[in-house]
Amino acid sequence: MKVAETGIAGKSGAGLSLARITSSTLFWPVSVLVLLLLVNIVLNPHFLALSWRDGHLYGAPVDILNRAAPLMAVALGMTVVIATRGIDISVGAVVAIAAAVAAALIGGSLKIVNGQQTYVTLTSMPIALLAALAVAAACGLFNGMLVGVVGIQPIIATLILMVAGRGIAQLITSGQIITIYYKPYFFIGNGYLLGLPFSLWIVGALAAAMAWLKHRTALGLFIQASGANPAAARLAGINARGLLLAVYAFCGFTAGLAGLMISSNVKSADGNNAGLLLELDAILAVTLGGTSLAGGRFSLRGSVLGALIIQTLTTSIYALGVPPEINLVVKAIVVFAVCLLQSPEARAWVFRRRSPA
Amino acid sequence: MKGLRLTSQTLPSWVAVLLFLLMCVGGSIFYKGFFSGQVFLNLLIDNAFLLVVAIGMTFVILSGGIDLSVGSVVALTTMVLAWGVENAHWPPLVLIPLVLVGGALFGAGMGFVIQVFKIPAFIVTLSGLFLARGLCYLISIDSIAISDPLLTELSQARLPVGFGEVSPGVVVAAVALAVAVWLAHGTSFGRSVYAIGGNERSAILMGLPVARTRIAVYAVSGFCASLGGVLFGIYTLSGYGLHAQGLELDAIAATVIGGALLTGGVGYVMGTLTGVLMLGIIQTLIMFDGSLSSWWTRIVIGALLGLFCVLQRLLELAHRFRKTPAQETARAVA
Repeated sequence: MKVAETGIAGKSGAGLSLARITSSTLFWPVSVLVLLLLVNIVLNPHFLALSWRDGHLYGAPVDILNRAAPLMAVALGMTVVIATRGIDISVGAVVAIAAAVAAALIGGSLKIVNGQQTYVTLTSMPIALLAALAVAAACGLFNGMLVGVVGIQPIIATLILMVAGRGIAQLITSGQIITIYYKPYFFIGNGYLLGLPFSLWIVGALAAAMAWLKHRTALGLFIQASGANPAAARLAGINARGLLLAVYAFCGFTAGLAGLMISSNVKSADGNNAGLLLELDAILAVTLGGTSLAGGRFSLRGSVLGALIIQTLTTSIYALGVPPEINLVVKAIVVFAVCLLQSPEARAWVFRRRSPA
Repeated sequence: MKGLRLTSQTLPSWVAVLLFLLMCVGGSIFYKGFFSGQVFLNLLIDNAFLLVVAIGMTFVILSGGIDLSVGSVVALTTMVLAWGVENAHWPPLVLIPLVLVGGALFGAGMGFVIQVFKIPAFIVTLSGLFLARGLCYLISIDSIAISDPLLTELSQARLPVGFGEVSPGVVVAAVALAVAVWLAHGTSFGRSVYAIGGNERSAILMGLPVARTRIAVYAVSGFCASLGGVLFGIYTLSGYGLHAQGLELDAIAATVIGGALLTGGVGYVMGTLTGVLMLGIIQTLIMFDGSLSSWWTRIVIGALLGLFCVLQRLLELAHRFRKTPAQETARAVA
């Protein structure tokens, strides 16, 4: 319980020192997350209990963080794309492609050598991982080319890969669900490092690197400038084309990371269903985190919070014993409520309605 | 018709028609039995619901918006129809108008939120997608088979036309298409839709009823989606929460291949027919070939979509470089 409280306090504290606006945009997502956690605590007092078992932390919060890791990774990539006034609806398909590439290259089989069980890969794991990430980044680069060089609107440019991507993933897996038999690969999605899920370390490193790039280099400023006012940014000498290529390629890369985590977690790659609807969840996470779809200023920690809200919601619905099918209805209502809370027009509308009465 | 003249705006639509004809010719040469009127009519029978949904999507895209909820609304409609007819024993002729009104209200609700609260259409219709899919599962997790005599008869009925026969669904889709063409090109509502998609600020300054039109556009889309859902429910004789997954993508793809610009303001309702036929014929060709796996459909549709986007973009650039007199531009819009 204490762990979670200090975590949230730490986050809003840092937000205050940054700028008042950042803290106000983070206010709603933080409140929603706290509310969700409170509901869970009321219904199950041991919800936030953490214990140390088998050399790693164990408990619902760790579980939520672990399950949210792929979504957080994609949401982080999506954030910078949205900051440039873009959108990438192909990430779900890219997740499937990356998972298919990794699974097809590793494959793996369980062989008994000298009476010992040994796992054998088709290709060495580092090469397979690099290849999957490279293919994912190339997919992103393709999107970036369509947006930055050809000049197609982002939603339709990425729609192309969204439609074709699952076909490509199925092409790689020959329409089968490839099961992976290679233990070291499972570490990515199921392993623990220093007591915490390994996937969390990956996302942590990703977020730290992005935060560093955003705050310590001019890149963050460039991205926000080109999203806030593309014409002014171009006149200021920002290479919009190169920036777009980089941003979309990066988003593809994060989708590749998510693909590795997901396929490692379920120990298989399914071209049809891996990362299904993940693009929608990622965009939701970014929006819930307070980054405007109109581009410009973006919040990395907001997107991480958004991803956590979505996963906490899913986990709570399972934990409460509500049929999981209702998840979608609840999700729709929460998204709607948060969007209304963030919309100045909605607040003004309510205010206007109330004031004459 | 003046609007059908070959200009840089109509060119993508004409290229789509040409490509469709080429595919027909190619299919007839390479595959035995492809060249028959019934193959073409089957294309319409199998895609009547998609055509109706895509017509609604065309209006939304013309107005510069997007509606991601249509696939879910189709699923919800099949579900309500199946449940109402089978479990609640409502007469279909009472239930069908009710679900159509329901679909229109669902769309209007989303339109209202988009217009009044200025939340992006993408997000609002996305929560519409989740909501409608979730409501399906609230009704039932499993598929419900429809055994109502009237609906079964409608599903199997075939009406003879010149060189073959069509299902009643095709007739409904044809009527919907005719009404949509009239609505888009012959009414002030249609002109307002084009104006909003072209430039919303100008539309406001011109005194057009922007708010009313936008809400109506989403209502039309919701209505078309539920009409498509009724057709789909009758076509498959079942209601299921997993029906029509990803249908919104097919509808958007058909609209874009038909020549509509996703930025709004440019496109034709008839172009959407070409787009739907194109998606249908790709599936038919792959089916006739037999050696190609089903996932090639998605790849080919994606590639086509890319081709048309690049084509539109090139035309747009060419248009910008060639200094056209204002008159020429005005004519292209008309």
